[in-house]
Amino acid sequence: MMKFRFRRQGADPQREKLKQELFAFNKTVEHGFPNQPSALAFDPELRIMAIGTRSGGVKIYGAPGVEFTGLHNDTATVTQMHFLPGQGRLLTLLDDSSLHLWEIVHQNGCAHLEEALSFQLPGRLGFDGASAPPSLTRVTVVLLMPAADMAALGTEGSSVFFLDVTTLMLLEGQTLGPDEVLCSLPDDYRCGKSLGPVESLQGHLRDPTKILIGYSRGLLVIWNQAARCVDHVFLGNQQLESLCWGRNGSTVVSSHSDGSYAVWSADAGRSPTLQPAAATTPYGPFPCKAINKILWRNCESGGHFIIFSGGMPRASYGDRHCVSVLRAETLVTLDFTSRIIDFFTVHSTQPEDEFDDPQALAVLLEEELVVLDLQTPGWPAVPAPYLAPLHSSAITCSAHVANVPTKLWARIMSAGEQQSPQPASSTSSWPITGGRNLAQEPSQRGLLLTGHEDGTVRFWDASGVALRPLYKLSTAGLFQTDCEHADSLAQAAEDDWPPFRKVGCFDPYSDDPRLGVQKVALCKYTAQMVVAGTAGQVLMLELSDMPSEHAVSVTSVDLLQDREGFTWKGHERLSPRTGPLPWAAGFQPRVLVQCLPPAAVTAVTLHTEWCLVAFGTSHGFGVFDYQRKSPVLARCTLHPNDSLAMEGPLSRVKSLKKSLRQSFRRIRKSRVSGKKRATTASSKLQEANAQLAEQACPHDVEMTPVQRRIEPRSADDSLSGVVRCLYFADTFLRDAAHHGPTMWAGTNSGSVFAYALEVPAAAACGEKRPEGAVEAVLGKEVQLMHRAPVVAIAVLDGRGRPLPEPYEASRDLAQAPDMQGGHAVLIASEEQFKVFTLPKVSAKTKFKLTAHEGCRVRKVALATFASVACEDYAETCLACLTNLGDVHVFSVPGLRPQVHYSCIRKEDISGIASCVFTRHGQAYPGFYLISPSEFERFSLSARNITEPICSLDISWPRSVTRGSYRPQESPKLSQANGTPSIILASQSCDGSPDPAHSKGTDTSEPPEAMLSPMSIDSATSADTTLDTTGDVTVEDVKDFLG
Amino acid sequence: TSQSLLFCSSSSVIISCLFGAEFRRFSLNRHKPGKFEDFYKLVVHTHHISNSEVTIGYADVHGDLLPINNDDNFCKAVSSANPLLRVFIQKREEADHYNFGAGTLSRKKKVLVALRDEGLRRRTHLDISMPHDFRPVSSVIDVDILPETHRRVRLYRHGCEKPLGFYIRDGTSVRVTPHGLEKVPGIFISRMVPGGLAESTGLLAVNDEVLEVNGIEVAGKTLDQVTDMMIANSHNLIITVKPANQRNNVVRGGRAPGGGGQSSDGPPTAHVLQNFHPDEAESDEDADIVIEGAAAPLAPTRGVPLGGLPRANGTSLAPRRPWDTALHGMGREGSTHRLLSTMRPDPRHHLVIPRGGVEEHGPALTL
Repeated sequence: MMKFRFRRQGADPQREKLKQELFAFNKTVEHGFPNQPSALAFDPELRIMAIGTRSGGVKIYGAPGVEFTGLHNDTATVTQMHFLPGQGRLLTLLDDSSLHLWEIVHQNGCAHLEEALSFQLPGRLGFDGASAPPSLTRVTVVLLMPAADMAALGTEGSSVFFLDVTTLMLLEGQTLGPDEVLCSLPDDYRCGKSLGPVESLQGHLRDPTKILIGYSRGLLVIWNQAARCVDHVFLGNQQLESLCWGRNGSTVVSSHSDGSYAVWSADAGRSPTLQPAAATTPYGPFPCKAINKILWRNCESGGHFIIFSGGMPRASYGDRHCVSVLRAETLVTLDFTSRIIDFFTVHSTQPEDEFDDPQALAVLLEEELVVLDLQTPGWPAVPAPYLAPLHSSAITCSAHVANVPTKLWARIMSAGEQQSPQPASSTSSWPITGGRNLAQEPSQRGLLLTGHEDGTVRFWDASGVALRPLYKLSTAGLFQTDCEHADSLAQAAEDDWPPFRKVGCFDPYSDDPRLGVQKVALCKYTAQMVVAGTAGQVLMLELSDMPSEHAVSVTSVDLLQDREGFTWKGHERLSPRTGPLPWAAGFQPRVLVQCLPPAAVTAVTLHTEWCLVAFGTSHGFGVFDYQRKSPVLARCTLHPNDSLAMEGPLSRVKSLKKSLRQSFRRIRKSRVSGKKRATTASSKLQEANAQLAEQACPHDVEMTPVQRRIEPRSADDSLSGVVRCLYFADTFLRDAAHHGPTMWAGTNSGSVFAYALEVPAAAACGEKRPEGAVEAVLGKEVQLMHRAPVVAIAVLDGRGRPLPEPYEASRDLAQAPDMQGGHAVLIASEEQFKVFTLPKVSAKTKFKLTAHEGCRVRKVALATFASVACEDYAETCLACLTNLGDVHVFSVPGLRPQVHYSCIRKEDISGIASCVFTRHGQAYPGFYLISPSEFERFSLSARNITEPICSLDISWPRSVTRGSYRPQESPKLSQANGTPSIILASQSCDGSPDPAHSKGTDTSEPPEAMLSPMSIDSATSADTTLDTTGDVTVEDVKDFLG
Repeated sequence: TSQSLLFCSSSSVIISCLFGAEFRRFSLNRHKPGKFEDFYKLVVHTHHISNSEVTIGYADVHGDLLPINNDDNFCKAVSSANPLLRVFIQKREEADHYNFGAGTLSRKKKVLVALRDEGLRRRTHLDISMPHDFRPVSSVIDVDILPETHRRVRLYRHGCEKPLGFYIRDGTSVRVTPHGLEKVPGIFISRMVPGGLAESTGLLAVNDEVLEVNGIEVAGKTLDQVTDMMIANSHNLIITVKPANQRNNVVRGGRAPGGGGQSSDGPPTAHVLQNFHPDEAESDEDADIVIEGAAAPLAPTRGVPLGGLPRANGTSLAPRRPWDTALHGMGREGSTHRLLSTMRPDPRHHLVIPRGGVEEHGPALTL
């Protein structure tokens, strides 16, 4: 008795070693599109792209499979990012005005991203006296001057500061204050006004000493940094938004807040230039919104591209998210569905080239990335090999199919290709191609299925690092929805001006919420699948390589079974289209079963060998024979006292959705109203005040502490009848001598129903079963005493292994189960796992998770874990995710805890709810949503981890840059670093470890010294004339300089 | 008579009497069961043991063996039968008084075996412990090993119609640590439901700090975790509390109340539940109810074409006859099932009552 309490788990060292060989927890890749992107950068030399997010994340993408991820220590918004071209280094600016330098470091041949240096702008001066840099206010723009290893920082206070990029230290003598500029201006332009914040800094492609500075008020200045003098002044009077400097340096394009842009000629010689060469308001004459960013690219074939965002007529299209592409007479207004973050062109950046010749335009939007091919007429979109907008319609469910047979894989691929034909021309390939994917070709194919709110199921290639869209299945075509006519009308209405073109696939608005996909199951051997949705629709589909036209058989199944006293108050069922309908190649619907009442389907399972599908709602469950197209069984699980079950889509859920929508609108509003840099201290304060005002009542609520009722569940708890899981198994239900098909169902109140099925046996393996009715007879009913919801049921064979899936045994794809008897059923509830003997259902082993740990089971799966040490040793275990976000692994059938890892934050409810485990496969992965648009992939197996392994050809003239500030560096090391860049590149080409770039070299240099303002460098270079000891403000500095 | 029994309405109750190894069956009107005295006479008459004194007990819906010794509990027994009432008869001189009460039926098995061995281990009992006609609802346990400032309370939920009836909340408690007094988060009882089990025991009170749930410390766990743990253990909840009112503590070893305060302010060092017998608890909550569906109708219906849904429906194919449900619904799988199978010589007789009815257990009588 006491032993029971004090029994130690896993004290056996041998078992511990084995566990280490079997289990390992790794979070490996983030699939999908980064949530809330806020900054974009592109390195034209390495051809890699970086995306920064509002939570401080940095993601770098190159060729498919080349991915780097980093996260700033502070969760501040990344406002700007700049690559040091060719160096694999990235400078980021956060909205807390800190600068961070990231490096792609090679280690053992593969590269990863790490933060090398960070620099907090000294906001105020004080303790360091003379040696301290002059005060900086907020940084508005950053310009990298790679030739000089400098960065120019434009500030709100009209100053431009210069920073040594290798050390992230201010070059104090070089600061360009507004007064130096003002003195070269004519008096009538100056008229006592400030220049406003620095809005834009542009470098000259061919003359690195020159920079173009644009001030908010409209003044443009070409500043010669070497000579420290103003070369040219353009006296603009319109509030400036952005600048672009032409390749030859003679053309300057400025865009303005009134929706106009102006072209200035720098060749005019006479400075100051008073008037632009041309000024246009493209969407005038009515008031327009600001043009936030403008690019000017010239082409060898003559003419130039003008690409700009915004500038739409305020009244009619002020709410559109548009990028306009203008070339000669051709104007296309790209109309996006989400906010534009930033955009860039892929073009020639070699200084000796005469033309930009842009190949592609990449636009980063809040919800997706769109790349257009600018070299093909019509500027078609280039399908992205990664950064898939998983959430183009909200994800409502997901499933993973591991080890997909190659034949099925090819058929799905071909269906997908027919659906979206790849552009024929070879030029329109993905332009972001940097780095090399060193990861091995995945040994097996993994398919991730996501069900969406709009009734689509998307098929993703989840075998590798990049999640690639394969095929999209839409179920909406089968049903009549109200919104179809409205759509076509809207299309026709807008064809003249502006020339809108819908781009991108992010479309969060669902036509009909009833179409939403709730459950998906795919049989990988027969290519049959079942898709079940919100209005009780259960759709059987079959993959067909040819388009066809056929009618879909429709049956409805009453799950209430004439139970009296219940009236459904929810939505109506979907009305299917009748008659033969055309279906494209791919998954084509065969049979539609509609549950009555049309509540959302909560569980579904498929047995292709028996041609049976089982489905459950909150009212009951049914079994349907889709070969004979006839119902086999319907059973009501409602408790007589359950009133909530008839409410339809729960009113509580509805209100939650409503409030979510409202909060979305609030966020939208604040984003729209705020200008580019709205997050000043005062606006933050306002926001906080507004929030406080909005939630005035919670103050009162907090007075009474949160309390929880302690009461066991009773039979008549609401929603007790919800069917949580369904399961088909060939096992011993009636007696120990005969096994046969069975169907199991588990409900929210801890009830398990087991039915014996009479399925006419197929004559030979693989053949379709003969015609003949399938019958179901109730075999057992189990009521778990603790009444917790049943989340999973599985039958274990005589050796304690889960039964294989349909066709696996008959096609020799899995070891045949032990059918000699001694079967057991594993019933997992939210509170405990229990193994019962079959056919006499008596408890054998159990583990009471909730009673011991205080956590509840959310997801479970049986999985085979292979050992790293021994090729053919594997164990079947039960993996479970709890409501606290922890993953536990238990032995089967002993139900002994093996390992547990914390996986998801417990506050991340949607992450926990979205978690999918893979049932089979050696590399035992799982997925969960870390944001509406991103899946995190994790692995529980010590073997086969899918993670990015890649390298970049970095040329980094480190000896030059480092040598300048590190004279004490040993000559030998400096020589090693001074290897010419070409050789470095070839070294990393082999994928061999590169000693010069390995982490070891990096860590040998103490970076702390560089950060310190007291270092030798700053002391020697401190020729500052400032001699103030008190707090210094911008005004102080201005006064002093003036 | 068996046929009439088969279609017995809800107003009649089937009484199945077991004396030694002998079964007798008869039925009673649920609404007019009559007097205990008459019932007693009937029982001893049907078993032909009119000359000996017997005690009569019955298995209630929770599988507990409860006594029938007056009109009230006889009435209760008959009205709770659904529709089968299992009655156990023992000669008074052999009866073990400790056998009545919660969870007793599982232990009864051993007694029955002992009876079969005819081992007449006669003992005279002095009834100085728990009155055997009552079911425990709560107890204070492990008084000998716990600090005086703590109390370990066991709440017996089974068979009790009352709700557990309390709420818990977050709070802070002051602990003595090596660094002096420290405020630490804790879980407290926040409310008692009037008339609930917790309140009626008088052992728990508002503002008592919860230290352990079934031997597992709650320190470091969130309110929701502790809630889940308590609900998961609600069938047999053992909570260790530090009562807000420390004046009613057990005085031990001559020490003044509160005298051992400094040593015992922390949580108990080991999670020893001395009086908590795992076996006992297991058998209690193992009792998931298993209802056997009638697999028998399968054979006759095989081959008959099923036209449409109503026929194909499992429930209509296998109607759950009321007595079927009742028989097994009241049995607790862990105990009764085993008990019954030991008593029945034929292992093929599972809990399913075949079509034929109930007559195979011996003569069935109708009153």
